Amino acid sequence: MAGVPQLQKRLVDYTASLFHEGVLDEQFNQLQLLQDDSNPNFVVEVVSLFFEDSERLLNDLTKTLNQQDVDFNKVGANVHQLKGSSSSIGAQRVQRVCIAFRNYGEEQNIEGCLKSLQLVKHEYAIVKNKLETLFKLEQQILAAGGIIPRS
Amino acid sequence: MESGFASSSKGFMENVDQPHVLAVDDSDIDRKLIEKLLKNFSCKVTTAENGPMALEFLGLGDHQNHSNISKVNLVITDYCMPGMTGYELLKKIKESSVMKEVPVVIMSSENIPNRINKCLEEGAQMFMLKPIKQSDIKQLRCHLMNCRS
Repeated sequence: MAGVPQLQKRLVDYTASLFHEGVLDEQFNQLQLLQDDSNPNFVVEVVSLFFEDSERLLNDLTKTLNQQDVDFNKVGANVHQLKGSSSSIGAQRVQRVCIAFRNYGEEQNIEGCLKSLQLVKHEYAIVKNKLETLFKLEQQILAAGGIIPRS
Repeated sequence: MESGFASSSKGFMENVDQPHVLAVDDSDIDRKLIEKLLKNFSCKVTTAENGPMALEFLGLGDHQNHSNISKVNLVITDYCMPGMTGYELLKKIKESSVMKEVPVVIMSSENIPNRINKCLEEGAQMFMLKPIKQSDIKQLRCHLMNCRS
């Protein structure tokens, strides 16, 4: 079982790698800055909302794009929401795919939309997995009696 | 340009220790964020998820009731909302005889000069680009309280 310093280093390195890979951007730092004693679970709460919203939006998008007659207004509205929420939590790669997705929607390009949907699901799965890992590392540190290092 | 400023600021929040802000956004994530950001700057916050609910809270809805007038010092609203946009909400507030002096700030994820100008011309105090950061709220408080720095 790793000691607190090792766990802290693991967390710092892991977090740095997420920024380095562009999975997360500066906005995620902003979220962490907002967390304080009055709201000690703020980041987890916001990210949980993001997971719930994203899964709903991705399901809706899948349904909409599989219709005979695709309602591109609906596609646009859902992609706009997903773009907004990913931007708000700093999920940079998800946000970037949404920008391309939105453009395909405006062009009513069904192939482009389907491709974007695949890509955004892929990027969403990555950021979800990585953030869950990050939160687990934080929990391990707290369980071992340590504090979470913040740069 | 990242944010726009109206030319005249009435220093509306000058004597208010804990300004009461009404934050309007259809995104639950953004509502949570803006609420925390504002609370960190000593604001009391009420959130609304759309224009009609915001108007209802301000006493400008279907049931005209002005008990909330003196309570709200600032309205901050998202631009892109289904149904009533932030721009339309701004207009309704500015058209009202009782609420027109309340500063309204518009937030948007899109940096569109036409949109920004339209809002400022309609009387928006400020335009902020999402995602909103702590430095934006600092700037907002400063601007609304006529800070000299």
